[in-house]
Amino acid sequence: MTDITLDSKVPDHPIEEAWDRHKFDMKLVNPSNKRKYTIIVVGSGLAGSSAAATLAQLGYHVKVFTYHDSPRRAHSIAAQGGINAAKNYHGDGDSVWRLFYDTVKGGDFRSREANSYRLAQLSVNIIDQATAQGVPFAREYGGLLANRSFGGAQVSRTFYARGQTGQQLLLGAYQALAEQIGKGNVELYNRCEYVDQVVIDGQAAGIVVRDLLTGAITSHGAHAVVLATGGYGNAYFLSTNAMACNVSAAWRAHRRGALFANPCYTQIHPTCIPSSDEFQSKLTLMSESLRNDGRIWVPVKAGDDRHPGDIPESERDYYLERKYPSFGNLVPRDVASRNAKIAVDEGKGVGPLHNGVYLDFADAIERLGADVISQRYGNLFQMYERITAEDPYRVPMRVFPAIHYTMGGLWVDYHLETTIPGLYAIGEANFSDQGANRLGASALMQALADGYFILPYTIGDSLAPRLGEPVPDTSHEAFRAAEAEVHDRYTGYLSVKGSRSVDWFHRELGKILWEYAGMERNRAGLEKALSEIPALYEEFKTDVRVLGDDRSLNQSLERAGRVDDFFQLGQLLCQDALDRDESCGAHYRSEHETEDGEALRDDEHFSFVSAWEFVGDGQPEVLHKEPLEFENIHLAQRSYK
Amino acid sequence: MTEPNAPVASSPHGTLDLTLRIWRQAGPDAPGAFETIDAPGISTEMSFLEMLDVVNERMVNTDEEPIAFDSDCREGICGSCSLMINGQAHGPEHGTATCQLHMRSFHDGDTISVEPWRAAAFPVVKDLVVDRSAFDRIIEAGGYISVSVGSAPDANEIPVPKTVSDTAFDAAACIGCGACVAACPNGAAQLFTAAKVAHLNLLPQGEPQRYERVEAMVDTMDGLFGSCSNHRECEAACPKEISVDFIALMNKDYLRAKFKNRRFLSRKP
Repeated sequence: MTDITLDSKVPDHPIEEAWDRHKFDMKLVNPSNKRKYTIIVVGSGLAGSSAAATLAQLGYHVKVFTYHDSPRRAHSIAAQGGINAAKNYHGDGDSVWRLFYDTVKGGDFRSREANSYRLAQLSVNIIDQATAQGVPFAREYGGLLANRSFGGAQVSRTFYARGQTGQQLLLGAYQALAEQIGKGNVELYNRCEYVDQVVIDGQAAGIVVRDLLTGAITSHGAHAVVLATGGYGNAYFLSTNAMACNVSAAWRAHRRGALFANPCYTQIHPTCIPSSDEFQSKLTLMSESLRNDGRIWVPVKAGDDRHPGDIPESERDYYLERKYPSFGNLVPRDVASRNAKIAVDEGKGVGPLHNGVYLDFADAIERLGADVISQRYGNLFQMYERITAEDPYRVPMRVFPAIHYTMGGLWVDYHLETTIPGLYAIGEANFSDQGANRLGASALMQALADGYFILPYTIGDSLAPRLGEPVPDTSHEAFRAAEAEVHDRYTGYLSVKGSRSVDWFHRELGKILWEYAGMERNRAGLEKALSEIPALYEEFKTDVRVLGDDRSLNQSLERAGRVDDFFQLGQLLCQDALDRDESCGAHYRSEHETEDGEALRDDEHFSFVSAWEFVGDGQPEVLHKEPLEFENIHLAQRSYK
Repeated sequence: MTEPNAPVASSPHGTLDLTLRIWRQAGPDAPGAFETIDAPGISTEMSFLEMLDVVNERMVNTDEEPIAFDSDCREGICGSCSLMINGQAHGPEHGTATCQLHMRSFHDGDTISVEPWRAAAFPVVKDLVVDRSAFDRIIEAGGYISVSVGSAPDANEIPVPKTVSDTAFDAAACIGCGACVAACPNGAAQLFTAAKVAHLNLLPQGEPQRYERVEAMVDTMDGLFGSCSNHRECEAACPKEISVDFIALMNKDYLRAKFKNRRFLSRKP
């Protein structure tokens, strides 16, 4: 265990002025000196593309690495519903303070106040930036921007681009990045996967990457490294994440000294298409925005297999409207998910496998007409129909919760710098702003706030004093040693020649995590997971079968590396969930619930960020705590009634 | 909205016994050939890519190297997946990317041929994987609106008529999958390029760079891809059903640019 003090670097100013005054306090790099610094950005989603484009605009020399064939493929592209901003364009009482309040409350008082406030504050700039880039947000007939409402809020502050908001925002950021690539300010390395972090004298010195087409392992030095590598929901195998989403970059940095915070905060999205069989490769999300017009219900009687149209009103339970009259179907994600699970556990699940609840648009179609519903959700309805062969205009959708987003991630301070100086983490890869539960339409907001408006400024503060330092030389022994380790790791997977595929192990790991560390957790289950995962991991190491070689495109080999890291992270996730002996937000320990079945926090003992330190393979990780103080928002039991 | 011939999902699901003729190619310079692979017991509820997952897992079990193919989001938006299925880009269903194509569109006993995109600008990397980075070069040439971060005016400062915004969106829906190029007998990228040109050129925000943009993008496209001869195969293959009307808009702007850009140039001191 090393002596680590977690300095959050939160400025000592009133929260409304903190960011602006802090920007003035930070050191600047002279425009003509910026080109003397090399910055590596790993990942090209909303956070990575926006950061890389902005850093290049400012004049830094930027290198971008992505394992995709093009930066535009990053999984931000799949975000559907929208992006929050406290514009108050609709005069319904919104404000920066209200978005801040909703975020902290939605996160069940486990986020860092100053970060959440800054996020709310910058939300308005993101909309301006994106609109100027040509992002075609939905508009009213007068030509001004439209909004819709989302879970956990009583105002309409969500900007959206049909059901493809993530796509349009990412294309905006990707195009800004492409402009900089075209101008020669950014070097792009596609189909190139980050496989290790290099740290020299306690400072991030560069990265080791594996070219996915040739298997070549090479090093790149930089003055600073930015990880914008997304979340780790795919540890559960079935999730709404894309197939390649993984934890490897964050995990490899963690193994080199970056603390990993709150891994047990994993968000379940309440409305995904229920799985239909074992072969299923992923779960498809149906945007939270659908809960604006869709009503969630199950039959009152368990095991009622009648066609939904044959079940009369009096025999339907619109359980969210019944239990939470003021928020109704728009309760936050964790509350909606848990209630769906309760209904299914009571035997009221619908569909052939009784594993879903209805999301019904009949009333909305009657009230507004099918055309309006089609304008709002047409592409989502179409997507649903392709997958299930059922027409949601006529038959209610069936939905069930699935792993979607991870609030946990690398620990970062107010500058978004990890515990390794010079290594930054932005977007979903860090932990800072969302607490124990993220509100809908806040992921895009955070990724772009980090990438466009925060990191490009904070990074200068630590770079400025290092003027004149050369880019770390990749012939340094630390780079050589890391390359050798990576080489051995990948040839190691090939040489096991066991009997089971990588996917088989991934699927089995996912089952354990979903069973014991999914929507609801308890001590006995987590202890069971902590004995089963290491056993399965041992089997993986001795019995995995990876065919092919390491000198050409080998997708099984890529996956082997990622699943290896999921095994390690999975154990830490369960350890963290076990250690956090309270319920908060998405982390629901069945031992701790209120009489109404809500998450029961224990602020006296758990009002802190859990930041874990890797101390060696096979050794338990060491817990460090960053206390959370709430000076601006009064700690309260969440209620959405 | 339901396809008339699409069977309704039921449980237990039906299964299909299929024969696949799949293109295998070890690397960019290696010779390729079709390989015949039996795929019995495929559930009608699987997506096409999940079917390939199952086939791959079986191949691993019998010590054969699995088939390489690109896919990521599997919900029709990232544009990673490709595949010529029975000679059609993204297979038989209209407006559907391969990842959203389900096996219920096929019949028991079918033989299905699966090939990579075939286009000079998209060289094969391995098996069914191709290199589509030529698309990125077109965007880098001008497929953007230059906005220094922090300099944008309030988003409601410039109203955009809803119809204009909606049409720009129809063009912006492009996922960059490359089906248009693969379906085109000439391997042309007009639909891809026009979709981006139209998205940006229709909006008032895109007006200042309108003519430089179209000229730079079209010239870059011409250097990398084949020529358009109005077959309209691209529109038929597009999983986002992007209209060829946008190509007309691009051509109009390109022609205008040839005059306007020259006039602006002559005014430079």
